[in-house]
Amino acid sequence: MDVLNELVAWFTDPGQWSGPAGIPARTAEHLQYSLLGLLISALVAVPVGLLTGHTGLGGFATASLANFARALPTIGVLFLIVLLVGIGLMPVIIALVALAVPPILVNTHEGVRQVEPALKDAALGMGMRGREVLMHLELPVAVPLIINGMRTAAVQVVATATIAAYVGVGGLGRYIVDGQARQDLTMMVGGSLLVVFLAVVTTLLFAGLSRLLVAPGLRALAATGR
Amino acid sequence: MNAVWDWISAVADWAAANWNPPGDQERGVWPRLVEHARLAYLSILIGLAAALPLGLACVRWTRLYPPVLTGVNVLYAVPSIALFFLMLPYTGFSDWTAIVPLALYTLVILLPNVVDGLRQVPDHVRQAAVAMGFGPLRRLLTVETPVAVPVIIAGLRVASVATISMVSVASLVGLGGLGQLILSEGFRRQFDAPIVVGIVLTVVLAFVTDALLVLSQRLLTPWVRRDGRRRKRKQRAAVPAGEAAAVDAGADPTQSAETGNGAHPWMS
Repeated sequence: MDVLNELVAWFTDPGQWSGPAGIPARTAEHLQYSLLGLLISALVAVPVGLLTGHTGLGGFATASLANFARALPTIGVLFLIVLLVGIGLMPVIIALVALAVPPILVNTHEGVRQVEPALKDAALGMGMRGREVLMHLELPVAVPLIINGMRTAAVQVVATATIAAYVGVGGLGRYIVDGQARQDLTMMVGGSLLVVFLAVVTTLLFAGLSRLLVAPGLRALAATGR
Repeated sequence: MNAVWDWISAVADWAAANWNPPGDQERGVWPRLVEHARLAYLSILIGLAAALPLGLACVRWTRLYPPVLTGVNVLYAVPSIALFFLMLPYTGFSDWTAIVPLALYTLVILLPNVVDGLRQVPDHVRQAAVAMGFGPLRRLLTVETPVAVPVIIAGLRVASVATISMVSVASLVGLGGLGQLILSEGFRRQFDAPIVVGIVLTVVLAFVTDALLVLSQRLLTPWVRRDGRRRKRKQRAAVPAGEAAAVDAGADPTQSAETGNGAHPWMS
């Protein structure tokens, strides 16, 4: 239980909770990278996914992209980009975007594709145009899947932002990198626990978000199990 | 265009020159690839070995399934990088530091597929087996498990691709097969060739493994193919209904919001 005692000491040290190397500052950095990466990914992936899903074009391309992206080792991609672009925040954000775009894109595309044809016919019969069908029917029905994709992306992004420290920027990964350099196991484990905590909070956040954003009718449908 | 071609041939030259340097076990590409495959396959096999009895228990005692599934999902939310470091105090720098977390991650995909696979055995098939005098164990081994094989392999395909790409992350704790190539040969020396070789070989390993799994499914379930041509329409209603559900489980917008799980990790 030595590890546990040292961990408690590490977390309760008041010096740990202030200054530019303190836990709040590191967490803020970590969140800043993650949010920026996720936001850019969503801005790219959601409109493209809605478009390909609505028109039915590019289904094969998104599926292939998804398969390929799942096989890619993230750290390889990050280190390669760093080598090409140089050290700094930019390569980290690029790598995080490359990581987060596929799940959001695929889920958005699939979500729109899976809207029942009968519903689409009904919408068209009511006089809706293509754009209205997309915004008033397909998007709301696809929201649960889109949020799932964003949750998956967000958890991966929060986890992977840890590697930012390996390429010279801040974030919670600093504790792991510095701990490794100083042979300080407590520091490494402490940093890892903070990342786990952040990932769990992210998951809960998205669970809450889907409660807020999913249309009540869809939720009722899901509750009765169709 | 010429510059791109030169770059590709430079990378290929590096891979050829460092493929398996004799006497220098640490630096070769081939030993790294073998290590990568070993870590990934062991994790997947251990994950499967855990998922089968756990899935059986969940089918037998239905109440067990929701809490177990939630637990597995919570584990999946733990980032792999963090989990590798959290393992360090217990397993040190042995292979288990990589294998234990990776095997746990496969459960989130394998367990639902084992459960769905066993549950979708048609009732009349089970009753026929009972009528022929099969006991529970014989029924499980000779009837129910073979029928569930396509769904289980569908899960294995997703799990294996994810695991193979995740092994590289273990390079941060000094393991990780091709990840070592990427980190110590490539990144620490500011040299792009090993990184590119590492990425390409990881993707190739993932696709080859996937092809092997597809092949093994064809060998293990010859009746699917034999029946396929003759009874395609009936099949669609019987076996593939479950298969499709497992492959696309969670892709249904209304259901995935509830269960939050499926064979496709991104759909969950």
